Amino acid sequence: MSLDPIFTSGTIAAAALIGLGITHAVDDSSLEFSQPIAVSELVILRPGSFDHPKAGEFLKENHPVAAPVVQETIHAPLEIMKYQVSVSEYGRCVADGACKPIDARNSGNVPVTGVSHMDAEAYATWLSSRTGEAWRLPTDVEWAYAAGERFRGDMESGESDPKNPARRWLARYRNEAALGRKPDPEPRLQGAFGINSKGLADVAGNIWEWTSTCYIHATMASDGVGIASSIDNCGVHVVEGFHRTYMSNFIRDGKSGGCAVGTPPDNLGFRLVRDQSSLMQVALRRLGFS
Amino acid sequence: MLTRREALLGTVLTAAAVATVGAMPAVASTKDVAGLRREKVTLVPPPFVHAHDQVAKGGPKVVEFTMTIEEKPMVIDADGTQINAMTYNGSVPGPLMVVHEGDYVELTLINPETNTLAHNIDFHAATGALGGGELTLVNPGEQVTLRFKATRSGTFVYHCAPGGAMIPWHVVSGMSGAIMVLPRDGLKDDTGKPVRYDHIYYIGENDFYIPRDDQGQFKKYETAGDNYDDTLKVMRGLIPTHVVFNGRAGSLTGDNAMKAKVGETILIVHSQANRDTRPHLIGGHGDFVWEQGKFANPPAKDLETWFIRGGSAGAALYTFLQPGIYAYVNHNLIEAVELGATAHFTVEGNWDDDLMMQVEAPKAIAS
Repeated sequence: MSLDPIFTSGTIAAAALIGLGITHAVDDSSLEFSQPIAVSELVILRPGSFDHPKAGEFLKENHPVAAPVVQETIHAPLEIMKYQVSVSEYGRCVADGACKPIDARNSGNVPVTGVSHMDAEAYATWLSSRTGEAWRLPTDVEWAYAAGERFRGDMESGESDPKNPARRWLARYRNEAALGRKPDPEPRLQGAFGINSKGLADVAGNIWEWTSTCYIHATMASDGVGIASSIDNCGVHVVEGFHRTYMSNFIRDGKSGGCAVGTPPDNLGFRLVRDQSSLMQVALRRLGFS
Repeated sequence: MLTRREALLGTVLTAAAVATVGAMPAVASTKDVAGLRREKVTLVPPPFVHAHDQVAKGGPKVVEFTMTIEEKPMVIDADGTQINAMTYNGSVPGPLMVVHEGDYVELTLINPETNTLAHNIDFHAATGALGGGELTLVNPGEQVTLRFKATRSGTFVYHCAPGGAMIPWHVVSGMSGAIMVLPRDGLKDDTGKPVRYDHIYYIGENDFYIPRDDQGQFKKYETAGDNYDDTLKVMRGLIPTHVVFNGRAGSLTGDNAMKAKVGETILIVHSQANRDTRPHLIGGHGDFVWEQGKFANPPAKDLETWFIRGGSAGAALYTFLQPGIYAYVNHNLIEAVELGATAHFTVEGNWDDDLMMQVEAPKAIAS
């Protein structure tokens, strides 16, 4: 498991590089450009590998088990927003008629909350078209890589008794209660929850973030590591934050969209990654290649 | 000395009512009562219930209780929404009192100088004087002692009823609780066979009506008096902003979830002083349910959901057969999930495959 230090942050990553025909360099020397829309501050993470419990629900011999931990690899530099998308940033998408207004009354440099997976997707589509770049939600693996030491994963009990499924339910319930996390519904200014070891702000604060990873039901192979079969439900996506949970795409308020038992997310928000490979395709298209 | 208290009382109590209170002795002691044994009970906050015998030992006695009224701000949901609560003994609901049929309940009600309002208590279990309300009105700085004979067995609501519009306002500010009058020989099933419980839990359900500001956010008020006008407007719409157990959404979950073991029998006393409700134990049942709460009537058996009329308390007896997490809800699920009326039980023990098992875990549909 490698925890690479980030090697750039704190500078404004230019959003218009491609339009100018410049491919992006992964280092400190990012350039600043004046833009019609504010440019998001990015953190660029080196490729690397790390151990990660997969997202979803896993069965082994017909019984639920903890998510298998597998080595995941980030192959290309990961460009991810340092901060969650703010109310004012999201507001520009609303003003352009590309995003649905939010109900919350916060303004300015406060993370946007009360947004569904569909809202987050709409924002990414809008930002991509405005910048000519490829913005998208991070996958669960990418989010965990960027979350570093603040990644917690699912509320798990470690208990798995095929003869008594209730032991797992009770242990998980108790673990969750023991964490003693009190509801914390009021969004704070960007940066209020500090910077993690990778240079990202506000990871696992009181905003849970949408990812692009679908919820799955998977059956483990007999080796206990591989997946024998898996059913995706992309009407539900992985949400990451203080803990990992799963929410229907249309939910804007996790408090009421959560399950009957368990800690609901205080707020739903998101941050985006900029896709380099797609970026190249966009650039090539713009230059007349297909 | 007719100052603020007088003003607050003024809208409440007519001159005639004052005269009545003045003219009647608060307590009419008789020789019979004077000779009875006395027992002093210290009340405990819900969902717990003070220690008591399920079957009475010896003859009727005088059971002495003391409750101090506390007006104080209380948080009622995860968002920090606040109510200017009025409480019996500091909790919403007030504590459950337990006596036996034929016992005398002797309550000393204290309204400390630090409070701002006049209060009293109306026991649905008592006979006469508006349930005792007429004899118990106390200003801040006063205390009163009431005795009534528990002539009917069952679970009964008590609540504050200081007259007029004050009545519903005090009740939806948290001022209610319950008393359980057990038959002297204990509870019996529908065939007359004695039944016992290993644990008793008291759940008081409250509907709250918190005013909102122009932005739709819940408002906070310095004192109870400040919220009165706004709150009354919301109350008249009859749509609560919160429906909660034990004073707060989530009060009986997590570390505070109620506990039991497989094979143990629980008695759940559920009161609602103002509004109808319909408790349901998700994954369980009511083995024996006194829906109206009155033990002289045989309990209904095997209920899925039971109906508690506004202004009453009911009791449900259940023996847990399977371990796990049980949600105890008001089965208007909007009120349970969106407005707060959900509690949890954690139940330890061995799983019974005969009662239930997952024969095959979720998998792709066989083609």
